[in-house]
Amino acid sequence: MSGPSDYQPSHPALKWFEQRLPIIGLVHSSFIAYPTPRNLNYWWTFGAILSIMLGVQIVTGVILAMHYTPHADLAFKSVELIVRDVNYGWLLRNMHACGASMFFLAVYIHMFRGLYYGSYKAPREVLWILGVIIYLLMMATGFMGYVLPWGQMSFWGATVITNLFSAVPYFGESIVTLLWGGYSVGNPTLNRFFSLHYLLPFLIAGVVVLHVWALHVVGQNNPAGVEPKTEKDMVPFTPYATIKDFFGVTCFLIFYSWFIFYMPNYLGDADNYIPANPAVTPAHIVPEWYYLPFYAILRSVPNKLAGVIAMFSAIIVLVFLPWLDAAKTRSNKYRPLGKQFFWIFVVVCVLLGYLGAQPPEGIYVIAGRILTVLYFAYFLIVLPLLARIETPRPLPNSIADDVLAKSGRAPMVSTVIALVAAVSLLAGSMGDARASEGQENPPSASWSFAGPFGKFDRGAVQRGLKVYKEVCSNCHSLQYVAFRNLAEPGGPGYSTAQAASFAAEYKIKDGPNDAGEMFERPGRPADYFPSPFPNEQAARASNGGAAPPDLSLIAKARSYKRGFPWFLVDFFTQFQEQGPNYVNALLQGYEETPPHGVTIPDGSYYNKYFPGHAIKMPSPLSDGQVTFDDGSPATVKQYAHDVATFLMWTAEPHMEARKRLGYQVFIFLIIFAGLMYFTKKRVWAAAH
Amino acid sequence: MVTASTADHPTRRDFLFVATGATAAVGGVVALWPFISQMNPDASTIAAGAPIEVDLAPVAEGQDIKVFWRGKPIYISHRTKKQVDEVRAVPVSSLPDPASDQSRTKDGHEQWLVVIGICTHLGCIPIAHEGNYDGFFCPCHGSQYDASGRVRQGPAPLNLPVPPYQFVSDTKIQIG
Ligand code: FES
Repeated sequence: MSGPSDYQPSHPALKWFEQRLPIIGLVHSSFIAYPTPRNLNYWWTFGAILSIMLGVQIVTGVILAMHYTPHADLAFKSVELIVRDVNYGWLLRNMHACGASMFFLAVYIHMFRGLYYGSYKAPREVLWILGVIIYLLMMATGFMGYVLPWGQMSFWGATVITNLFSAVPYFGESIVTLLWGGYSVGNPTLNRFFSLHYLLPFLIAGVVVLHVWALHVVGQNNPAGVEPKTEKDMVPFTPYATIKDFFGVTCFLIFYSWFIFYMPNYLGDADNYIPANPAVTPAHIVPEWYYLPFYAILRSVPNKLAGVIAMFSAIIVLVFLPWLDAAKTRSNKYRPLGKQFFWIFVVVCVLLGYLGAQPPEGIYVIAGRILTVLYFAYFLIVLPLLARIETPRPLPNSIADDVLAKSGRAPMVSTVIALVAAVSLLAGSMGDARASEGQENPPSASWSFAGPFGKFDRGAVQRGLKVYKEVCSNCHSLQYVAFRNLAEPGGPGYSTAQAASFAAEYKIKDGPNDAGEMFERPGRPADYFPSPFPNEQAARASNGGAAPPDLSLIAKARSYKRGFPWFLVDFFTQFQEQGPNYVNALLQGYEETPPHGVTIPDGSYYNKYFPGHAIKMPSPLSDGQVTFDDGSPATVKQYAHDVATFLMWTAEPHMEARKRLGYQVFIFLIIFAGLMYFTKKRVWAAAH
Repeated sequence: MVTASTADHPTRRDFLFVATGATAAVGGVVALWPFISQMNPDASTIAAGAPIEVDLAPVAEGQDIKVFWRGKPIYISHRTKKQVDEVRAVPVSSLPDPASDQSRTKDGHEQWLVVIGICTHLGCIPIAHEGNYDGFFCPCHGSQYDASGRVRQGPAPLNLPVPPYQFVSDTKIQIG
């Protein structure tokens, strides 16, 4: 995109086209002949990774929109049906949901890379500002996307974030009403968020084009931070940068697949598997991990308006970075002080993220204030001051010299380790936000479905189904599970005929018929497990005011604090079994008499594992209540384990398919990454 | 500027490049599958396409009803003796899409015609008991079908299709 293209098409037809629309020449000069510095390291690959992620998000998003219903009554259900019924719906949804996290992870690395190597300095100020605009658009898009599944966190996140605007003096309330399109967050809000969530990525793509255009005008920065002088400093984009980027992208895809196939819920919040309920707020409202540092800044300021201003300033300050940092030396590699302060700043950001996930009380508030001050101090005090007092180390004469010096290899390793640790700390810390005071963590049971090769124990799922039918179904519905699911692969392993006859034992309300009347008929495979109550009010009335929750998602909607260092370990062990552990423990956690000194309200029962310990549901299970045909012991312990297994299957019927496909994808990606690595070495062998 | 120079072992290098390229191509093609497959009917749609039962008892002679199966209108006509005789008298070879009425109805139940009511021209819904053949008339482009649902006139190339169905009792059929 810099200067007129030297692309000369040979074919007459191409020549004819090129004279009328020189787009092939544009692509050629931008992505093939374009000279790139020879010394770029892998931090530069995140630009390519970001383009890929934008593409992935747009493609999967367009597809999800084909199956999604943006209506307050149907949104949650439509997302569940995407995951359960649409062909590969679970895969596409995981790709999109985890993709958002990957996108932000990559953008943060990309930004910190720019910060470290001074990529915002002249002549790249506009390039940098365009980047900040992209980041702002990403934040808006990510936020609105998170609202769409219309779970508890979606709903309350939307409420809290839109309420930020109520801090505006005089017009605050009107602005918030305008954003909502109603008296509270509701269907109009969901509709406009959906529309904008679909629109903004295309705006992002537009600004990305400008960003890349600006990049091609001024040329890429590089780790040495010196401008290229001779041809020896550069290599053509293709094949050198192309192959290197492809290798980097493949490695990133391996990391991404780890989440898609093995930890799809690691970065999400369990509360979002509970349908939105305007009458109940979750114990802690936490944004997605990528907003946590800004959330921490917001909460550190004890004044509503000032907090909001501080939060937005934390982003806007980036726009002024090129002028705040007046140092002549671009890359921190040659700035002894700049380097140290840079890493302190990284730590400050990570700690702010950690604090964003903690409850805003006690020491956390104090720490949050100190870190907020440090965050702004880096931009407003440290950087302007350093330019005056720091003596940088001598710069290499040229990029070619820098390549020959082979410096910066060892720091690279430590940076990788530091970043991985920082990111997992940040990502994992959000789990802490689900702390519920005074609650004992359920013990981890051993589950056949845990781990990368885990499968459901068919016998346990079948027994669990029996327990559900004979006990749980007296109060709890299972509205996202259809009888046909019983005959699907990866489930209890029944035949189609068995599922049909199981269905026929149920009475299903249907109608109206030709006479305009409702009637009852035996269940069919396509029917869903019915609720024992005609409506929610009836369910409430017969259960002392608390409606028994639907159990289809209970195993994914329940979680507990894992704490440090478990969330780090969980990443590697793929631990995702909080839900079943909780269900299993809860069913066995009843105690006839509360421990000494504990009083519980009338009409409730003591349970060790229930948050607050007083549960309205009496112990549903007792020994000998259900008889099993396969001779398994008729004990509460066995019932609890089996029903938890069954509920895990109802929460994720395609779990086995997910793990199996993941295994295949991993083998493919690892082989491919290996091939790419050697190809890359071959290609670059000619350049060194 | 450095250009890719030719290596000393062109065959080995080529093999690596070809292997990498081929792996990328295979991976790319396979990865497309979920994106295409998601457009196919989902599991709940397929389950909703299960067979349906229709009670014929209330349908008087000369009357017809329309039911829906898999989102398509199905015409069930209780034909009169006159209609049956007429369609059976037509020489099969003279029809644009030759088929005997016997092949389109069930033995012993010849008074019942069950057809998918979608015009074989471009998919409009023909109107029953209309047109020159006492059968169906499609208002869109003027195709005419007889009381056996066979095309007799107009741009439609084929007869109205007969859905899979069977009699479960004398007055009840199962479609699908
Ligand atoms: S669609 Fe019926 S005649 Fe054209």
